[in-house]
Amino acid sequence: MEMKTQTLLKKLSRRNEPYIFLVLLALCLLIEVRSGQFFSSNNLVDIASALIVPGLFAIGAFMVIVSGGIDVSFPALASLSVYATTKYLLDTNYQGGVWVAIVIALAIGAVLGAFNGLFIGYFKLPALIVTLGSSSVFKGIMQGALNSKQLTTIPVGMREWGTSSLFIAKNPVSGLTSRMPVASLAFVIVLALVFLMLRYTMFGRGIYAIGGSEASAHRAGFGVVKTKFIMYIMVGMIASLAGVIRVCMMQQAHPTNMLGMEMNIIAGVVLGGTAITGGRGTLLGCMLGTLLIVIVENSLILLGVPTSWKSVFTGALIIIGTGVSAYQVIRMNSTRKIKAKIQEVV
Amino acid sequence: MLYYGTRLFVQDSLEGGYVMAESLLKAVDIYKSFVGVQALKKVNFEIKPGEIHCLAGENGSGKSTLIKIISGVYSPDDGHMEFDGKSYSKITPIEAIKNGIQVIYQDFSVFPNLTVMENLAFNSELADRRHLVNWKRMREIAEEAVAKIDFKVDLDALVGNLTVAEKQMIAISRALMFNTKLIIMDEPTTALTKKEVRNLFNIILKLKERGIAILFVSHKLNEVFEISENFTILRSGELVATGSTSELDAKKFSYFMTGRDFQQRHFVPVNLSENPIFEARGVGMGGRFTDVSFAVHRGEILGITGLLDSGRTELALSIFGIKPIETGQFLVDGNPVRISSPQVAIGNNIGYVPEDRLSEGLFLSQSIADNIVISEIDRLVKSAGILDKKKRSAEIDKWVNELAIATPDPNNACQTLSGGNQQRIVLAKWLACNLDVLVLNGPTVGVDIGSKHDIHGILQQLAKEGLGLIIISDDLPEVLENCSRVLVMKAGRIVADMNAGETDEKTILSYML
Amino acid sequence: MMERNTMQPLARFEKLYSNDRHLWRLIFLIIVWMIFIAITRFSRFYSLLNFQTMAAQFPEFGLMSLGVMLCMITGGIDLSVVGIANLTSILMAYLLIQMTNASGMIPAYAIPLVFVLAVGIGAALGIFNGILVSKFHIPPILATMGSGELFTGICLALTKGNAVSKFSRTYARTINNRIFDLIPVQLVIFIVMAILIWFLLSRTVFGTKLYMLGTSATAAKFSGLKTDRLLIKTYMLSGVCAALGGMIMLANYNSARADYGTVYTLQCVLIVVLGGVNPVGGKGKISGVVLAIILLRMLETGLNRFPTISSYYISLIWGGVLILIMVLNYFTENTPRFRKKIAR
Repeated sequence: MEMKTQTLLKKLSRRNEPYIFLVLLALCLLIEVRSGQFFSSNNLVDIASALIVPGLFAIGAFMVIVSGGIDVSFPALASLSVYATTKYLLDTNYQGGVWVAIVIALAIGAVLGAFNGLFIGYFKLPALIVTLGSSSVFKGIMQGALNSKQLTTIPVGMREWGTSSLFIAKNPVSGLTSRMPVASLAFVIVLALVFLMLRYTMFGRGIYAIGGSEASAHRAGFGVVKTKFIMYIMVGMIASLAGVIRVCMMQQAHPTNMLGMEMNIIAGVVLGGTAITGGRGTLLGCMLGTLLIVIVENSLILLGVPTSWKSVFTGALIIIGTGVSAYQVIRMNSTRKIKAKIQEVV
Repeated sequence: MLYYGTRLFVQDSLEGGYVMAESLLKAVDIYKSFVGVQALKKVNFEIKPGEIHCLAGENGSGKSTLIKIISGVYSPDDGHMEFDGKSYSKITPIEAIKNGIQVIYQDFSVFPNLTVMENLAFNSELADRRHLVNWKRMREIAEEAVAKIDFKVDLDALVGNLTVAEKQMIAISRALMFNTKLIIMDEPTTALTKKEVRNLFNIILKLKERGIAILFVSHKLNEVFEISENFTILRSGELVATGSTSELDAKKFSYFMTGRDFQQRHFVPVNLSENPIFEARGVGMGGRFTDVSFAVHRGEILGITGLLDSGRTELALSIFGIKPIETGQFLVDGNPVRISSPQVAIGNNIGYVPEDRLSEGLFLSQSIADNIVISEIDRLVKSAGILDKKKRSAEIDKWVNELAIATPDPNNACQTLSGGNQQRIVLAKWLACNLDVLVLNGPTVGVDIGSKHDIHGILQQLAKEGLGLIIISDDLPEVLENCSRVLVMKAGRIVADMNAGETDEKTILSYML
Repeated sequence: MMERNTMQPLARFEKLYSNDRHLWRLIFLIIVWMIFIAITRFSRFYSLLNFQTMAAQFPEFGLMSLGVMLCMITGGIDLSVVGIANLTSILMAYLLIQMTNASGMIPAYAIPLVFVLAVGIGAALGIFNGILVSKFHIPPILATMGSGELFTGICLALTKGNAVSKFSRTYARTINNRIFDLIPVQLVIFIVMAILIWFLLSRTVFGTKLYMLGTSATAAKFSGLKTDRLLIKTYMLSGVCAALGGMIMLANYNSARADYGTVYTLQCVLIVVLGGVNPVGGKGKISGVVLAIILLRMLETGLNRFPTISSYYISLIWGGVLILIMVLNYFTENTPRFRKKIAR
């Protein structure tokens, strides 16, 4: 029994999640001690609802990075598909529920994702370049062809969905209330589905396999090109869903205010222990990393740090976080080599 | 004369109908060409169940093309194959696997980021066209697979953390999961220690007992003799010899491989300098080697040999400053120097030809010219770091001519050259630096026999011109032929110091093991 | 030598073309676009003033692209150029405010001083990046993403997100001058840096080493190159380029702000890749990058001459051109290599 816990601890210490969890916990406790507000029910709900959109984006970015690629186009992709959807529904004066909006946005997202997947999968072009190009193309379509301006009203179905809440948390001390949007359910469902897919389908294991070695994956019989293609479609759909949720929660469609999010999202994914070179990482770590970024962005004010300082903290966090994991890799490599040598001698 | 000899070999093995009936795989009159290049020309090949067969040939001889045709990656232009009594003209990779043909590539086709279990189970799960993952079933599959060759390994370990030999065992266990009749191994011993090679050979013999045929691709003579019953040698896409290994000897082997006859030229040092140009006194590094002392004189070639884990490579890296020594000291020309980085080593006129030429020695996609001058480039300047193009091209012309590097234009990328010519570029890079001492780690690994012979000639010439050379190699004939003195390393220490002329392979081996 | 002289002109051109296929494609695109504009909007595009305006606009991101190019040749990338540019320009804006006297004038030495300081700051920030990449082994994409965020964060913390502007107009006026009433100062700064970098890459030992390092860091180490120092120098140069870009932004906007030019980060990467620099490292020429910069500017300005077409289409065209060129490269360059591979 003791042996088991020992090996478990050893295994845990080699993973990233415990460290990031400890950092997260320390940050939360620090904020709690300084402000006494962190663990109040309304603040927790606020953080949870602030996690929804970055969380969804992070799931998509995570899949891409695990497969050995990188995606910088998802904010533009999400903006385009949700903007087109909202505009279309407004133009047709649609009065029904949010489902139509979601379905249309997902469909557009799938097409745009397929665009990425086509060039990355079938033409084997580098993912960074393709998504840079496609993000530019998506922006161009949105701002040029759709002549986008801020839409201050959104269809009634979307508005209602955005304001409806699962429950409302009230802070007994300050009397402030926060609501948990229904959209959080969508996030939880996507998270669960992607988790199951990555763990229990050959497609999901294929994503890891491709990230580990594309040549081996091909020889083992994985459809490398097809897997990548479908994965980028899924990522497009997840990003579009995030876009819809964001528009519904903000009650307006702004064409550009999601742009520029990609860097922080990727940072969160990498902080969570996902190897930028592909093949390694867990969804749990990815979510912890994203949560860390979200808390830094939203709760520093409780620490008495002015909001204008938040980028300093995110930047430092990225540098320190990636520096530590880079160091870990170096250390692991050297101990691994020594261990291998010892085995050879014995 | 010898031409007829080879023909006889061919006749021998293909004569008589009973052989045909018994064969597992027969490839008859295979032709294959690629955009104007005839890769295979009327090649015949045959292997019986439970036979260990070695396929040998220089780079570009067509052996990998033949393997790819057998395993279905390429389809032949002409000719046909018979496998297990069925005749066909081509086959797809999946059909080949279903028929029981498995290829183990040099990189073992593993996923370093995944567990042993997944690495073992993926192939069969994918072959069964499963879409969902059942971890319990995968574990069972994996357990069964490793049990077949008594391979003990933690199924939950990441493959990236295993040794090369363990990765190979995974590849073998995985290959055995199908109803395998023929396993093709591509250069399986390249990165293994002697002990691991023994282990591998034992497993191959076990597989033979089970009636599995093994096609073993190698150009290492001693392995061909040790493990295989029959051999086939290709040269320039043509079959030059096939037959029983017992009828083969070293001389015939290198003749068949290259079409040339070689005279061995045992190195005799002339003009040895009085004082050593380089000396190690009790050097040690991190438990990888300890208390190593030796001296090299100008005009001398010192050989250091030992098993893969003897510390020989680490010693080489230390001399060049990549992994600086922790105890003891190095002396250059009698003066103690602290070699803390490759720059210091080069500053003391020490050069290093690395073990892994492709990743450590060369900038493959860059020009031959830049590869030659990169280490001496700081000297090819007018002033303040500005390149002197005249000096540069003079240097390049000089070394291309001197080492007879076969290229129409030194501005071509390095990757366009053969292994032998590439190794000459690495040599040129160091010779251009006006060295006193050159350390060579495995100077002819992966080099054709012909080029190997030429490179040996160059090394002996360099020693005669007054360079001190250290050859680190486990290729014992190479060490014996080229070195004046041989040190044997074992478990990080020097256990023997002999004159090359007074020892033989057997003695050296006895010290190594 | 003999061979070269006897070569047919056509064959010679073919060799020239196949050596730099990518470059010729960019030139071809520029010419096609210029002809198209000449036919449709000649008078509104082909004026001295228009060319002068373009020449004053592109150096800010042009300079940043030069920095990104250097990093990409070593196999890295610099995503912090905009952060460096803004931090430099904000600090220098503060300094200029200090030096501006009551009558709104600055002393004569002010402008050279801020430029020297800007170069120093850019170099220091670049060295910081270089250390993260070389000594701490952080993947460049992450290191510079983090440092870019950090630099922008410092900008935000310093300015609270506001523009810093109340400094003497003399600065902006000087930089917006035209030498001989013809050549914008911004362009001169860009040309000087471009020539300097061209010289470094093609005529010095440093350039050769950079390409070699980008091809294989391991082989560079085994050849005795000081890889860490090379990387630090490269990122330092990139920082200097970015800082100069920031100084031009300071002049063009007559103010400094933490969020100026945020779109430039990805745009610079785009330009560099379009210019034919291989993101894996070891390959790329400054001529390609300069052509890509010019192409971008011409497309954008030309498009603005069509009032009915939204200027936002530039983004679409830009991304489209990038992907198109990559696909073209895929077909023309991969195919022969692929064939060779099989032949072996």
